[in-house]
Parts: sequence; C-alpha cells; structure tokens
Amino acid sequence: MKEKLFKYTTMFAAFCSIIFLFGITLTIFKDGYPIFREVGLFKFLLGKSWHPTHYPPDFGILPLLAGSIVVTIGALIVSIPLGVGSAVYVAELAKPRTREILKPLIELLAGVPSVIYGLFGMAFLSPFIRELFDIPTGLNALTASIILGIMVVPIISSISEDAITSVSKDIREASYALGANKWETIISVVLPAAKSGVIASIVLGFGRAIGETMVVLMVAGGAAIIPKSILGPVRPMTSAIAAEMGETIMGSSHFHALFGISIVLFIITFILNIFTEWVMKGRRSK
Amino acid sequence: MVKMLKFFLLVFTSFAATIFLSSAPLYAASKKITITGSTTVLPIAQRAAEVYMDIHEDVNVSIRGGGSGVGIAALIDGRADIADASRPIKTKELKTARERGIDPFANVVAKDGIAVVVHSDNPGNALSLETLKRIYTGEINNWKEVGGPSKPIVVISRDFASGTFEVFKKLVLGGAKVKDGALMLASNKAVATTVTTTPDAIGYIGLGYLSDDVKALEMDGVIPTNETVKDGSYKLARPLYMYTNGKPKGLLKSFIDFVLSKEGQRIVKEVGYVPVR
Repeated sequence: MKEKLFKYTTMFAAFCSIIFLFGITLTIFKDGYPIFREVGLFKFLLGKSWHPTHYPPDFGILPLLAGSIVVTIGALIVSIPLGVGSAVYVAELAKPRTREILKPLIELLAGVPSVIYGLFGMAFLSPFIRELFDIPTGLNALTASIILGIMVVPIISSISEDAITSVSKDIREASYALGANKWETIISVVLPAAKSGVIASIVLGFGRAIGETMVVLMVAGGAAIIPKSILGPVRPMTSAIAAEMGETIMGSSHFHALFGISIVLFIITFILNIFTEWVMKGRRSK
Repeated sequence: MVKMLKFFLLVFTSFAATIFLSSAPLYAASKKITITGSTTVLPIAQRAAEVYMDIHEDVNVSIRGGGSGVGIAALIDGRADIADASRPIKTKELKTARERGIDPFANVVAKDGIAVVVHSDNPGNALSLETLKRIYTGEINNWKEVGGPSKPIVVISRDFASGTFEVFKKLVLGGAKVKDGALMLASNKAVATTVTTTPDAIGYIGLGYLSDDVKALEMDGVIPTNETVKDGSYKLARPLYMYTNGKPKGLLKSFIDFVLSKEGQRIVKEVGYVPVR
C-alpha cells in the first residue's frame, strides 16, 4: 500500500513536468505563429531592422539573432579554456587537499545569482573595458561575453571533470607503461578518452549562455544592430523579450513577434539538448 | 525511527501554526483591492497602499508590477481593480475592453518629468528639442557639432516598449526612428548608471532618478524641476495613470481619492514624481 502510494506520487511528479513542457510549447507556438503569417518566416528571420513600436513597425530579428550568437560564441571562447583547464587541474594534477577546496569553490560560481554578475559587469567591468580600449561605451558584446563566459565556467568545468575522472585507470597506466609522462598522457590519452563528456559540457554551456537574460539585458548595450565588431553594442534575443514583453499590448503584432523570438530560441535550445543527449549516449554505450 | 517521526511532527506542526497565524490577518480584511501594472507607477501604488491600509484596517490592497500592458490586460480580463499605466490606453486595448463590457477610466495620479542627462564632466548645459531630435535620429553624431569637444556621442535610450521611450518618441522624435546604434537600456536606473560611467553619453531618465552624479540639461531654456513640470513650462513630461472600470465608486473611489489627497500627493513627491494637485 505504502509502496503504491509512493509510486503514484512520484509518477504524478514526473508527469507534471511533461505537462508543463507541453503547456509551455503550446503557448509559445500559439502566440508566436501569427507573426510568421503576418510578416513571413524569411522576412522575420532575416530582416535587418527591429523597430517594433515604430509606425509602420519593422520585425526583423536578424540583429537580435546575431547578437545572441556573437555573445554566446564569445562566452565559449572565454569559458572553454578556463573550464576545461580547471577540470584537468582538479581531476588530474591537484593534491587531494587543494582539490577539496577548489572544486566546491568553482561550483559556487554557478550559485551566484545572474543579477549580481550583471551588476558587476555594469558597475566595474564595462567602465574598465571602455578605458582599456578607449571606446565610447563599455556596454558591448565583449563585456557581455566575458561575464557570460565566467558564468559558464562551472558548467563546463564540473561536467568535464566528471568525464575526465571516469576515464579508467588502465588506459592511463598503459600510457605510462609506454613511457609517456603525465603531460603527454593527459593531452593525448585522457582528454581524447573523455571527449564526448567534454563536448557535452560545452554544448550545455552554449545552451546556458544563449538563454541567459539578466546579464545581457544589463551589459550588452541593447542596440538592435548587427555588430560590426566585438566592441559594438548588441541586443540578444533574450534581452529583447525580457525588456519589451511587459509594456507591450497583449495580442498586438509586437506581442506575437516576441513570442516568435521565443520560438526561435526554443528551437535552438531544443536542438542543443538533443545533441547533448546524443553525445552523452555515445559515451555511455562505449 | 521514533525520533525521526517526532522531528517530522514538530516540523509539521510548526508549519501548520505559521500558516494559521499568517493567514489570520487575511481573514480580518474583508475588502480587497487588486492593483497591477506599470513598474513606473508601482512605487506610488505600493507606498500609498501601505499608508491606506494603516488607516483602513479592514481593506487589503494587493499590488503587482508587470508593466502597463500587463496591467491594462488584467483590468480588461477582470483580474485587477486598478491598472497602473505610464502611458494612455491604446485604441486596440480600448476596443477589446469595450467588447468585454469594460469601460477604462483614466485617473491621472501624478506627472513624471523626463530629464535629458549627460556626464557631469560634459561642458554643455542646454540643448534645444530640435538638436536633441537630431542627436537621437543620428543626424548629429559628434559633440563637436553642438559646441563640445570632438568626441562621438554615445546615445542612450530606453527600451522600445517602455512608457518613457513612448513619451520621448512622441515629444522629441516626432515619429522619426531612433538611430540604430543607440544603446537601448531596460531601466531608468541602468540609464543613470551608464551616463555616470560614460563621459560621452547622453540619456534621458525620470525626474526621480536625477542625482548629483549626472547633469540635467536645460531644454529650450527650461530646467527640469517639479515646479516647471507642474506648471507645464517644461515640455518633456507625461501623466501617470491608475485606470479603473468606469468612474471609481465605493472602495475604489476611496483609494483613488486617497492617492489624490494631500497625504497621497506627498507620497507621490516622496517617491520621486510630480504631484498633480
């Protein structure tokens, strides 16, 4: 009896998530679909001008899409070396004591609320970047990339570290037996063996960075232009949705366009998740 | 095992007790007002509600933000008694409201002046509305063209959908598009902080966000202050609304009247806006 109760309670919890997922998917497609009919899919995706409240409005999200991609790739350029590097150090090189301190500290980075990252970027990093490069404003794609990069480090680091730790001892010992030193073993034996886990961590990091809202809203500058350089301001998709949704008229074209953006974002993260799942599966079945 | 059970029992009873105790005042308040909408008007509504509930202990006022659009939609759906808005209701919203038998009534509770600000090191002190327009549309891109040093102007605007932007668009841009390279920031606070840290910036913020860190410019020869906004000589200003369904009656009338009373208007001033009475 007790067991059955337990089973059904947990089953209910599991199905709840599925219901939520379907509900969310249904809502964004229902409210986003009208914009594709109104302006056309290609004009929406590839239009270069985003002036949603102007009359007549322009609903081209290419600048927003470009903004998201630029800051996300920038974030990965910052976070991959730091994340994978710290994973290698913690898993392979650090003394047990150092490791015990370092590991939770890196993971603590993931627990810092994003608005605090945003404040740090706005009040400290952006003036610093502005002076460093002698540019008119420090609210730009570079500043956003650096902050997002720091946020993604714990994701890449902890998943990569798991993957590196789970590489079996036999392979390492075989490598040492062949006369390889520690450095050579890590680079040419351990990392390739942990490849799928490291790739999965990077894809997850990509998903985290492209979906982050608060930081880009605060430090990316918010100009809806296709950036000519990393030092120019951008307006990623998430920040456009967050900034414009509250004040827009419910049921207007602008409202539907914001849902249209969320469909694009949803599809991107959906594909990324399937890809991660696929990579991880490859690793498990090996 | 017994110890664990005892522990759970303790946790359980304390939870139950908290819920019971915290819900007690809720039952005491028999009358309820729900307010939703603009984050600009939110501080007024919040502070006014606190003081109002101190005087009328049997009334419970619950307040949510969300934005003008969210507030008006809630009023139309009947989920809110009062919709805070930092812009007048749109034709489309009015049409939907009429279809549902709701008759939105605008109560102007305060005014908000919009100050054009620059970095405190900027040598300029005044601009004309015409020049301001040319800066924001991208016709003028360098401080040199308005008598300053040869530095590119960093144009900072509020977001496309914000009420502040809407007013700025109407009063300054006159229907023209803001230039593509302008930084679009999400809040008054963000604009103020960015202007403070960016020497070549120009931005606009609500009067309540003015501080010594930034310099407010004279517009067509008038300095933005509470007095110049109130008497209408300073042109960059907008009314703030609390929309009700029809002319406020009964409980709602009592609340709106309170906001418009001497005490309410003192609160308006206290949270950084310009009183209307």
